[in-house]
Amino acid sequence: MGRSLARFEDPPLLTGDGRFVADLNQGARFLRFVRSPIAHGRIRSVEIPDHLTAFTAEDLHEVSPIRPLLHREDYLPIEQPVLASQKVRYVGEPVAVVVADSPEAAEDAAEQVYVDIQPDRPVVNALSALETNAPVVHDLVGHNVVVDACFETGQVAEVFSSADEIVQFDLRSQRQNALPLEARGSIASYDRRTGRITLIASVQSPHVVRTILADLLDLPESDLRVVVPDVGGAFGQKFCLAPEDVVATWVAGRLRATVSWIEDRRENLMSSFHSRDHHYRIRGAFSSEARLLAVDADLVCNIGAYSCYPVTCGVEPLMALAEFPGPYDFRTYRVRSRGVTTNTCPMAPYRGVSRPVITLAMERLMDKAAARFGMESVEIRRRNLIADFPYTSVTGLVYDEGSYLESVNLAAEKIDLDDFRRRQQAALDQGRRLGVGFSVFSERTGYGTSAFAARSMDVTPGFETVDMTMDPSGNVEARLGASPHGQGLETTLAQLIGDRLGVDPSRVRIVHSDTDRTPYGWGTFASRSLVIAGGAARLASDFLRDKLVAIAAAELEAAPEDIVVRDGRATVVGTDTGLEVAEIARLSYHSSHRLSAGMDPGLTSTATYNPAGTFSNACHAAIVEVDEETGAVRVERFVVVEDAGRLINPMIVDGQLHGGITQGIAGALYEEIRYDEEGNILTTSLMDFLPPTMAEIPNIEIHHLETISDATITGAKGLGEGGTIGAPAAIANAVADALRPLEVEIDELPITPARLRRLLKSVEGGKVIG
Amino acid sequence: MSNRTEVEVRLNVNGRDYRVRVEPRRTLADTLRDNCGLTGTHLGCEHGVCGACTILADGEPVRACLMFAVQCEGMELRTVEGLADGDRLHPLQQAFWENHGLQCGFCTPGFLMLATGYLEQRPEPDEEELKEMLSSNLCRCTGYQNILKAVKQAAAEMRG
Ligand code: FES
Ligand code: FES
Repeated sequence: MGRSLARFEDPPLLTGDGRFVADLNQGARFLRFVRSPIAHGRIRSVEIPDHLTAFTAEDLHEVSPIRPLLHREDYLPIEQPVLASQKVRYVGEPVAVVVADSPEAAEDAAEQVYVDIQPDRPVVNALSALETNAPVVHDLVGHNVVVDACFETGQVAEVFSSADEIVQFDLRSQRQNALPLEARGSIASYDRRTGRITLIASVQSPHVVRTILADLLDLPESDLRVVVPDVGGAFGQKFCLAPEDVVATWVAGRLRATVSWIEDRRENLMSSFHSRDHHYRIRGAFSSEARLLAVDADLVCNIGAYSCYPVTCGVEPLMALAEFPGPYDFRTYRVRSRGVTTNTCPMAPYRGVSRPVITLAMERLMDKAAARFGMESVEIRRRNLIADFPYTSVTGLVYDEGSYLESVNLAAEKIDLDDFRRRQQAALDQGRRLGVGFSVFSERTGYGTSAFAARSMDVTPGFETVDMTMDPSGNVEARLGASPHGQGLETTLAQLIGDRLGVDPSRVRIVHSDTDRTPYGWGTFASRSLVIAGGAARLASDFLRDKLVAIAAAELEAAPEDIVVRDGRATVVGTDTGLEVAEIARLSYHSSHRLSAGMDPGLTSTATYNPAGTFSNACHAAIVEVDEETGAVRVERFVVVEDAGRLINPMIVDGQLHGGITQGIAGALYEEIRYDEEGNILTTSLMDFLPPTMAEIPNIEIHHLETISDATITGAKGLGEGGTIGAPAAIANAVADALRPLEVEIDELPITPARLRRLLKSVEGGKVIG
Repeated sequence: MSNRTEVEVRLNVNGRDYRVRVEPRRTLADTLRDNCGLTGTHLGCEHGVCGACTILADGEPVRACLMFAVQCEGMELRTVEGLADGDRLHPLQQAFWENHGLQCGFCTPGFLMLATGYLEQRPEPDEEELKEMLSSNLCRCTGYQNILKAVKQAAAEMRG
C-alpha cells in the first residue's frame, strides 16, 4: 500500500482492446429515438409510416412510469413515462423509438416519424418558474416547486440585527453537462433459450438498474442481467436511470431480439442529464472580529422536467441545504432550498453535486467579508474554520478529523502569498491584472445508509459487499457491487487485498459490473468505492487471512499469533519455517481432512461494510491573469493541498485530482448549457459547449496531508469529487481579486469572456473597448 | 431506404488489406469499427471536435469521423490496433501506462495516434509545441497533466 503501482486496467485500453458498449453491438438491430423538438406541449399524434418498426407510449402502456420517491413532506413525487405520453416537457424528450438494421437506416427512419405537438408556453428559468402565473410543468402538482425544504436554528433575526457586518449577494451558477467522452448507450438482448434479458449498458450502478428495470417492466429480477463493459467516463451522468435503457430492454423482449442504442453527442448534450443550474440569495452576519455568526440562504435549483431515479431531484437542493456550512463553524443558520421544475432536460448528480456551487457561495462570502474588513482572504478563513474534532455542524453532520487550517496555511505558503502581493502590484503598475483566490472545503464521502436515510430516500444506498475466494493455486478473486469506470479501483483494491493477504497484487482479480457474478451493491458514485468497497474488501481479506493463519499454525505447530503472512508465504515469526500461501490454499481444498475440526474446506469469505461517512478536506489556490480587453482569464498557477486520509495508490489519487480540478476549471470559465426563451437548447455540439483542452489547463501542483481518522477502517477517505468542488471557487475568487480595484463582483459562473466584458463595461474604470 | 447502393472499397489498415461493402455515406470511423472490426478507434462526438477517432492516413493524423471510407482507397491507414509490435508496447503506449496518462481510456487511442503521427515527423518538439498539438484532442478524465508527461517521456525515448 502507498505505492504508485501502474494500473492493471491499462494494457487493453492502450492497445484498442478495451470493450465499450458501442464495440459490442455486432449483429444487433439499431434503435433511434424520436425526440421532441418542442419544450412544452400536448402530443396530438405520432404518425409512423407503415413500413417502419417503431413504438410509442401507447405500445409501452404496460411499462410503469419512473416515479422516484423520497418519504418526506417537502418532496412531491412526479412521474416520467419512459416515452412521452400526452405531454412533452423538454426539447429532446424521447417520444418514439424506431428499430432498423443499421445506425444510418435507424436515423433515416426516425426522420420519417412525424410528431404533431400543440405547443404550450414553456418555462425555462427556475426563478420564472416560481412566479404565480408561470406555466406548470406537471399539471398534477399544480405548480413547479417539487422540493421545498427549510431549516432554521432560531435566533436568526437577532443575530443579524446585532451583527457588525452583513454581507449580502446573489449568486448564479449556470447549467452544465457532465460530458463523459463516451456518451450513454446500451445493448439489450433477449435469450430465447432462458427467456432472460441481458442489458449491456454504460452505467454506474448495475444492480440498481436491474432492480428498477424489473420494477418498471414487471419482470422477476432473476430474469434480468445487467453487465457494464468498459465505460468511457460517467461523472454521475450514468448513475441515474436512462429511460432509453428501459425502452431498449422492453423492445428486446418484445421483438425477442438484440437491440442497441448508442447515444450521439447531440442527444447527450440535449437529453442526458444536466446539473448545477442554481440561483442563490445569501446573507452572512459577521462580528467585528470577522467571525461568521450566521448564514441566511435562499437556494433555488432548476431540476428540469423530471426527477431522476434513484436519488430523485432532491439530490441537489437537499445536499445544498445540509452541507452548505462546509468547513466553517457557525451556529445560526436559516435556509430554504427549493427544487423547481422547468421545461429543460432533467437534472442528475454531476461530480460534486451541489458542492461546487455551495462552496462557491461560502468562499465568495468569505472573500467579500475579508474585503470589508480589509483582511487577507486566508486570515478570515483562519478565524472561521473548524478546528476541533469530531465537530458537529449546525445541521447535525459529524465531521471526523481533518486538517482544514493546516491546508490553508500550507496553500498560502506554497503560493507564497506575500511575494504574490508584490508581484500583483508590480503587474498592476504595468496595467496587467493578476489575482489570487483560495477555496477551502470539506468533501463528505463514503456515505453509508445512515447518511442517505437522513434524506428519507425510498431507495437507500450505502453498504457494499465483497465476496472473496482464494482458489487452490493461491490466487484471489474479489467480487463486488461497486462498478468502477476509470478510477483504477481494480488496481487499488488489489493492492489493499494483496497487502492483507500477503500476496502480490497481480494475484488478485477484481470482478465487478455483472449482476450475475457479483453481490448486490450500489455501484460507483459519490466518491464511495475505495472507502466502502475498500472497507468490505479489507474485512473479507481479514477473514481469509485469519483462516490462512489458522491452517498454517496447525500445520506448523505454532501459535496463530506467531504466524506472519508476507510475500506469498506464511512463516513462524523469527524462523524460516513456513508454507507458501499457495500450499495452504491447495491444502484447504484438496486435503481438507487435515483441517481442524469444525473448519470448512476452501477459502472463501464475505463481508459487508457500511460506514457512517467521512470528510476529506482540501484547500485550492489559483493565480489568474485577467485580460481586461478580451475578458479572457488565464490560469497561471493552481496549487492544491489535499487531505484524503491514507493514500493507497498516490498516482491514482493525483490523477483524480487533476481530472477533478480540470472539470472545476471548466465549470468556472468555459462550460455552459444554454437555452433560448422557447426552451430550445442552443448548445448541442462541442463547438458550443466548450470543454477545455490542454491549452487551457495549467500545471496542477499537489501537496498531500494525511490525517488518519477512525471513521473508516482503511484510513482512506474518498476524493473523487474534491477537485471539481473546490476549483470553481478558487478561480472565481482569483478573478475577483484581480479586479478588486474595479469593484467588479464575480457572482456568476462560468466567467466567460463575454460575461466578464459585460461586467467590466458596467463599472467605471473598466476599459473595455467595443 | 435501408437498401441504398453499397459500393466496394479497398482499405489498407495496419498493413492489411480489407475489402468492404459500404454505403458511400459511411464514415471511415464507422467502416473501421463496424466493417473491419477495429473498434479501438472511438467516437466521442462525430463532428470533428474531440479527436477520439484520430487515426493516421498516410502518416498524418486525421479525424476518421470526418472522412468517408470511399475517400480512403489507396491510403495507408494506421489505427491504435497496429501500434504495438506484437506484445511489445509502442513507447507512447508504455509511457501512457507508466505515467497514468489514461483513466477511462476512451480518449486514449486518439491521443496515441495523434502523438505518434506528430512525433514521427517532428521528433524534437519543445513543450509549447507539444501542448499545442495535444490540445487538438479532448480528455474528460485526466486533466491532461499526465498525457503531457507521457508524451514528453515517449518523445525522448523515440529519439533514442
Ligand atoms: S469523434 Fe471524430 S472528432 Fe470526435
Ligand atoms: S481517459 Fe477518459 S476521456 Fe481521457
